[in-house]
Amino acid sequence: MRAYSNKKNAQAKPYFTDRFYTVPQIPKEDVSSDEIFAADLELLSSKFEISDSFIQRGQLVMIIKPSDIVAFMKVLKDELEYTFLSEMSASDFLEKDGEFEIFYQMLSLKKRKRLRVKYRITQGDAVDTITDVFKSADWAEREMYDMFGIVANNHPYMKRLIMPDDWSGHPLLKSYPLIGDEAGQWYEIDTIFGKEYREVVGPEIRDTKRVDPKDTKNFARVGHEVGYGEKPSNKPTDFGEFQEEGGVPLITRFTKDNQKTLSRRK
Amino acid sequence: MEEGSIRMAQHQVRYLQDGGLPVALTTVDKLVQWGRSNSLWPLTYGLACCAIEMMATGASRYDFDRFGTIFRASPRQADVMVVAGTLTKKHAQFLKRLYDQMTEPKWVISMGSCANTGGMFNTYATVQGVDRIIPVDIYLPGCAPRPETLQYALMMLQKKIRRESAFQKLKPKRLV
Repeated sequence: MRAYSNKKNAQAKPYFTDRFYTVPQIPKEDVSSDEIFAADLELLSSKFEISDSFIQRGQLVMIIKPSDIVAFMKVLKDELEYTFLSEMSASDFLEKDGEFEIFYQMLSLKKRKRLRVKYRITQGDAVDTITDVFKSADWAEREMYDMFGIVANNHPYMKRLIMPDDWSGHPLLKSYPLIGDEAGQWYEIDTIFGKEYREVVGPEIRDTKRVDPKDTKNFARVGHEVGYGEKPSNKPTDFGEFQEEGGVPLITRFTKDNQKTLSRRK
Repeated sequence: MEEGSIRMAQHQVRYLQDGGLPVALTTVDKLVQWGRSNSLWPLTYGLACCAIEMMATGASRYDFDRFGTIFRASPRQADVMVVAGTLTKKHAQFLKRLYDQMTEPKWVISMGSCANTGGMFNTYATVQGVDRIIPVDIYLPGCAPRPETLQYALMMLQKKIRRESAFQKLKPKRLV
């Protein structure tokens, strides 16, 4: 048996830890400090249940119930003039809370205001699509599905957006290793040649600092290059002239002696 | 020679020197490979920022045309594939398909760090060296290599081609 190692948070490996380090928090202001946002929030809270609301960096943040999202977006668009869904996606808090946070970044060109709508779902839950309200959510929800595996109900075309269709795994999850899981690491070999070619091609060389001076098949020592598979040598490589000794018929002979170095750009 | 006799012009033809013989002696090998090496047609195929340098090399300042190198827009007319840029895993199968569509003999220049080893993209989405997919003749370091470097790579490839035999049996390539 291979020794078990916890891979749940494979990407969270800090290079050093500071005992006195505290994660910086963006200060939260009260919504009443902004007139426009206060009016918006008043209307919204009369219709929906908003569990928390505050202003961060001049943007209103509201935390709502997942089931309200489509109606909430309709009100934002039709009544409050937030006509622009500039961004939406999810954040992975699975290791910490066992939840995804879904956010929708809105812009009102008339009010010159931006606000953010958030809610949390547990892993395996689906969200409701808002493509009926905002067309721009189409690709954003597909990307969210691709990167996190969160399905949007009633989406017209729930398919991967960025990764290939036959990819396995969702790369933006914190549990997904940066160099890919096994299927990801062998993806191009498996799809092009078939799994039996894994042995022929061999695993990817991922260690950027890897130096094997005796290996002249995969690696050349700069300045001491030798042919493929030949013995390594300490002699500096002499590549010789650009052309063969006898020259090439009809081709102007160009040697290192007659090359010209320009003192400035022409 | 006696006094008063007619002096004929002293004329000597040194047939084997001075280009005296009106026949050029060569082998078919040399002739064919000379032709091949001076009409290398690369595929118009750019993947990332290295392709910008490749375009610069093809343009008038560096001028690929003087090597007989003209970019072709079809893999069926191309001899050389310059893999210019990052090869993503999603795109790997298309690179292989284009390479398979090129007619023999064909050569590959892997241009830049990303094509050589994956470069700085040590991630799940990048192929860690195009030689995992297709056989490579020239590895060209740099990020991105300057046009002079690509010219040099092309000249090295020409040298390599002229060294080969024209009628050698095509070696079974590792992955083809």
